[in-house]
Amino acid sequence: MNYLDQFRDKGVVKGLAQRISSLTKGRGRPLTFMEVCGTHTMAIYQYGLRSLLPPEVRLISGPGCPVCVTPNGYLDRAVALSRLPDLIITTFGDMLRVPGSSSSLMEERAKGADIRVVYSPLDAVRIAAGNPQKRVVFLGVGFETTAPTIAGSILTAKAQGIGNYLVLASHKTMPQPMAILSADPELAVDGYICPAHVSAIIGADAYRFLCREYRVPCVVTGFEPTDVMQGVEMLVRQALSGQSKVEIQYSRVVRWEGNAKAQAILAEVFTPFDADWRGIGALPGSGLRIADSYHAFDAERAIAVTVEELKEHQGCLCGEILKGKVSPFDCPLFGKSCTTESPVGACMVSSEGTCAAAYKYAI
Amino acid sequence: MCVGVPMQVISIEGDQAMTEVDGVKREASLMLLDQDVKVGDFVIIHAGFAISKLDQEDARETLALMRELFTPELLG
Repeated sequence: MNYLDQFRDKGVVKGLAQRISSLTKGRGRPLTFMEVCGTHTMAIYQYGLRSLLPPEVRLISGPGCPVCVTPNGYLDRAVALSRLPDLIITTFGDMLRVPGSSSSLMEERAKGADIRVVYSPLDAVRIAAGNPQKRVVFLGVGFETTAPTIAGSILTAKAQGIGNYLVLASHKTMPQPMAILSADPELAVDGYICPAHVSAIIGADAYRFLCREYRVPCVVTGFEPTDVMQGVEMLVRQALSGQSKVEIQYSRVVRWEGNAKAQAILAEVFTPFDADWRGIGALPGSGLRIADSYHAFDAERAIAVTVEELKEHQGCLCGEILKGKVSPFDCPLFGKSCTTESPVGACMVSSEGTCAAAYKYAI
Repeated sequence: MCVGVPMQVISIEGDQAMTEVDGVKREASLMLLDQDVKVGDFVIIHAGFAISKLDQEDARETLALMRELFTPELLG
């Protein structure tokens, strides 16, 4: 136990819920707040926070699970790479079970591919150093929280002269899809629970344009239950008083300007590109790929491989779920042909996918 | 995937720190940090890297304020 566990204090969570109820009592149209980080999605389900909120406050999940928004084509390329001789795939565990067009890394591993789950991309660099006769490819997936750690691993490999370490990069950045979703009249988002650790890197200033251009309140919120409830309370206050500004609830970690060094490392190793998001499509400047000056570390450019033809999973509503337009319970596959044991769509695979969280905690 | 664990720095060697929380120890790279870190500080660890320092004074203030404002008995 340490004092930070007090951010899970049940009494405070209930007190905040009471405050939110009294603030919104008798309101007609419910306020809709979207969380755009999978770790928030998990926390909201895990601590049952929705059940504490009044009907006047509705929480919806956005495109915040990096594994979920990664399109099938990326998985297909990873699968194709894993079939090459003398090549080791290294990855965070979440990617293993995600189904591509016809296979998954889990299936390839069962057939003999060398696929290793690591905790840190630096572990992958060590594997490369220990296997100089093989190529080691790390699957670089994740938002601005994770992307700097991948950039750090590339700089480390470069500094140590490890030439057999490569990254298949498909990083995404958060503000662009938030702008698209803000402009969607069907969603009518009344406020954003902005991501905690993405914001530790990019800074709370990164959301100001959303307040300015779309008049939508933004509160950078921590991941503990008292944090989430306080973030919602702050959004309620802004929405009821017609304000739209950026506030930082998670002030113990997030600064307005973010982490300048991590931002500089990102800018050094990566370059923005028009990334493809599952369910949303290609968004200008919403992804990070490896910069030309680091092309030797780019698995996509350095390793030629034939990738199978793209196939989407029939009936899966992941795309709509990632935009917050439908809930997992609206999907005909949810809990039937698509379960955490046998997932069809990415939102059920990743532990922080909206469907996986709903299946684990709400069924 | 953006989970970050607050851990306390127990030793530093160059760009590497040993961190600990609740008896669990973990090595972390400090290469991404733009803030000075010393032994005793809390940092947020993500995928083997410290990505931010945790301001302990701010954390204690937030906790105290939350308790003062939102304890159900006080709200009546």
